[in-house]
Amino acid sequence: MAQAAAVADPPAPPRRRRVSATPRRLPYLLIAPAALLMLGFIAYPVLSVFYYSLRDYNPTKPWRNGWAGLDNFVHAFTQDPQFRDSLVFSAQWVVVEVGLQLVFGLALALIVNQTFVGRALGRALVFSPWAVSGVLTSVIWVLLYNSQTGITRYLADLGVGSYGTSWLSDTSTVFPAAVVADLWRGVPFFAILILADLQSVSKDLYEAAEVDGASRLQKFRHITLPHLKDAIVLSTLLRAVWEFNNVDLLYTLTGGGPAGETTTLPLYVANTSVDAHDFGYASALTTVAFVILLFCSIVYLRLSKFGGEK
Amino acid sequence: MITEIAPAPGRAAAEPARPRGRRRRAWDQVPRWQIYLPLSLYLLFTLIPFYWILLFALRPAGSTSLVPWPLTFEHFEKVWIDRSFGVYFRNSVLVGVSTLVLTTLVALAGGYALARFDFRAKRGFMLALLCSQFVPGALLLVPLFQIFASLKMINSLGSVIIAETVFQLPLSMILISGFIRNVPPSLEEAAWVDGCGRLAAFRIVVLPLLRPGLVAVGSFAFVHAWNHFLFALMFLSEQGKQTIPVGLNTLMSADSVDLGALAAGGIVAAVPVVIVFAFIQKWLITGFSAGAVKG
Repeated sequence: MAQAAAVADPPAPPRRRRVSATPRRLPYLLIAPAALLMLGFIAYPVLSVFYYSLRDYNPTKPWRNGWAGLDNFVHAFTQDPQFRDSLVFSAQWVVVEVGLQLVFGLALALIVNQTFVGRALGRALVFSPWAVSGVLTSVIWVLLYNSQTGITRYLADLGVGSYGTSWLSDTSTVFPAAVVADLWRGVPFFAILILADLQSVSKDLYEAAEVDGASRLQKFRHITLPHLKDAIVLSTLLRAVWEFNNVDLLYTLTGGGPAGETTTLPLYVANTSVDAHDFGYASALTTVAFVILLFCSIVYLRLSKFGGEK
Repeated sequence: MITEIAPAPGRAAAEPARPRGRRRRAWDQVPRWQIYLPLSLYLLFTLIPFYWILLFALRPAGSTSLVPWPLTFEHFEKVWIDRSFGVYFRNSVLVGVSTLVLTTLVALAGGYALARFDFRAKRGFMLALLCSQFVPGALLLVPLFQIFASLKMINSLGSVIIAETVFQLPLSMILISGFIRNVPPSLEEAAWVDGCGRLAAFRIVVLPLLRPGLVAVGSFAFVHAWNHFLFALMFLSEQGKQTIPVGLNTLMSADSVDLGALAAGGIVAAVPVVIVFAFIQKWLITGFSAGAVKG
């Protein structure tokens, strides 16, 4: 804080003469639009979530509105099995998705980082699902999974499985089916970030290692992987948060079903507030989600010693 | 593209000095099949879904053929007119372009302040930016709805534009301030000496150098706003006001899904994104890796 209080850059002589635009106030003017937008549409909503989490608030049952203290939280942790299920499923979803995306994304980045004929086209095609939205991903996989003319029909033609199979409405197949659909779109995200970072690995290190007779695996382990560590940690964390929060795909692909089988916590919150109008309780669940996100992020950054010791 | 050219000169220069044979290039050691086999398998996984949606969009309703023949455009006609995707398309373009412009301008101003000034609130502001990346828009639906309701902005595209912009801002600003930091301040100072004001110096000297980065950030904002679903679903309930993702959701949640129309609608949703990416792909990788150097 002490250094931050020291005003402005070391005053370059030209600036003093030329640029009279009140350098002391200028940075504040420049960040003002962003700061106001974020105060009004992020900070204020977050605070109001905390506030409503301590109240009973349901626009359809105004007679019950009022101070609730910690009742909402007590109810969530003691009497709401759906909340617990949604937490468990969220964890499952994030771990499986992010883990698989990281493995495939890393492999893919290493492959398209090689020099080979058709590399530019290969990269463009492999990365293409990245730009596809959650809803469009759902559209595509609904077409693939539909029970009448979907992929299962053609598999059944070949003698695999039976006609009329719908992977999305069967509780035993819905999880892998949704995971594959989200992988299709998520792997390129990792691949792109890791590929970008691979560009900055020093070629000299590889050459030195080759002179010392290092194998490809050794070079990967001792040069590539340490170099990629920060990028991997950061993208894993961002992706985990994103996978936890994102509801587009599951909302449209499975709607959280069948039988609540694929309801993540945010999806449960959305249902609680949108369908049941129980804003107070939904706010309490949101608060729990914030705490979980914060806690996981801190633990993860600590464990991975992000950016090395400073 | 840059990445393919970059290594060459250094190598060529170093080559003659050393004995031949020892300096095998790294890529010579990877057998071709170890590249092409996994790549082809992964490409199958990537491309079959794309083929599938094209197939459903182009073959007549009820057909089970695996090639889109006879070719038909009936689904596109139906979805564009009967299912009002023409209107949705216009709304989505409005939302996407407005979000792009707003995000880029606001993030440019803020990013410049972060890159070029030291001020009292800087650390706090940076921290707020980083933290807000972890705030899920999906969990703020209810308070946001209340805010927009009190601003009388429900069923106006403005609500979605503001919400999309706000959630794009933190990352955009962090990236842009990184890009600006990569431009040596001496360039700007030279322009001041030559009699430019700060704004003129920025426009003439800095802005052109930021172009790849701005293209990356702007296109990212556009694609994100174009694709995003939840805000539009919540804030725009009136039929003529909805955007394409909401239209797709309506098609999908119908009792008996019209698969042909759904596929055609999906392609309508994808076309602008594909065009944007085709144009900017080259700038995107340079833009993002430039920002990554000094986050």
